[in-house]
Amino acid sequence: MRYLSAFLAGGLFGAGLLVAGMVDTTKVQGWLDVFGRWEPTRACGMAAAVGGMGPGWGLAARRERAALGLPMPGDFPKLVDRNLVLGSLLFGAGWGLAGLCPGPAMGALSFGGWPVALFVAAMIAGMWLAVPARALLARLDGARTENDA
Amino acid sequence: MRARPPPVKPGGATRGEEMHQDWIWGLVGGAMIGAAAALYLLVNGRVLGASGILGGLVDNSGRKSRAERIAFLAGLVAVPPLLVPLYRVVDTHASTNPAILIAAGLLVGLGTRLANGCTSGHGVCGISRFSLRGITATAFYLIGGGLALVVARHLLGWI
Repeated sequence: MRYLSAFLAGGLFGAGLLVAGMVDTTKVQGWLDVFGRWEPTRACGMAAAVGGMGPGWGLAARRERAALGLPMPGDFPKLVDRNLVLGSLLFGAGWGLAGLCPGPAMGALSFGGWPVALFVAAMIAGMWLAVPARALLARLDGARTENDA
Repeated sequence: MRARPPPVKPGGATRGEEMHQDWIWGLVGGAMIGAAAALYLLVNGRVLGASGILGGLVDNSGRKSRAERIAFLAGLVAVPPLLVPLYRVVDTHASTNPAILIAAGLLVGLGTRLANGCTSGHGVCGISRFSLRGITATAFYLIGGGLALVVARHLLGWI
C-alpha cells in the first residue's frame, strides 16, 4: 500500500512536470534567463504547485500521523547555513546550464534520449561526490559538526 | 508556406496561442505537482523532494525507506511516457554537448545534496510552509541559474 501510493505520487508528480512544461529545457532556461528573452510562464506552474501544497501542510498540521501510520515529518532544520546557500548556488548554476533539475530529469528519462541519460548519470555522480565534499567542508570548518540531514 | 494543422496540445501551437496555452498548462501541471506533494505527505508522511529521494539511495542515507524511494522513482520515470502520446511533440530541447551535460549534472547533484533539496523539496514543499530555508534556497538557486545563463549564454556563448 505504502509502495503503491509512493508510485502514484511519483507518477502524478512526473505527469505534472510534463504538463507544466518543466521537462522543456528551452522554456526553463527562458524563465531563468532574466537578461535574455524572459519567459515568465514557468512561474505560473511553480505558483500553482506551491498553492496546491499549502492546504496539504494545513491538513498535516492537524494530524499526528499520515494515513498509512507514519508520523508526519516535523523537526525540520531551521538554520540557514553556508551549505544551504553554497549548494543552492551550485545547483542553480547547473540548472541554468542544462535547464534540467532532478525531478524533470528523471521524469524525462524515458523519452529524453542520451542527453537526459547522461545528465542523470552525472547528477548521480555529483550526489555521490557530495559525501566527501560535505566532509571536506566540515573539516575546513574545524571541529564544527554538520548534522544537516 | 504551408498552413499548419490546428494545434491540439502545447508544443505545436502558434506563438501567440502557445503563450496563452502555456499559462494554463503551467497552472494545470503545477496543481498536479502540488497534489502529488500533498498526497505523499498526507498518505506516506514524507516530504516530496526529488533530489532527496534519489540522493538517499545514492549515498545510502535513506536505507530505511529504500523500497518506498524506489517505488516513488519508478512512478516518476514510468508514468510521464504514458502521457507522451497525447502530445504531438515532446522535446526536451536538451543540450547535445556532452561537456555541458556532464558539468551541469555534476553541479545539480552536488549542489542539491549540499543544500538538502531542489526545486521540489525547497521550492514547492518549503515555500508552501513558509520555511526560511526553503525560501532562501529558492532565492539562491534562481540567482545561480540566472548567473549561469548570463555567463554561459550571454558572455561566453556556450549554450
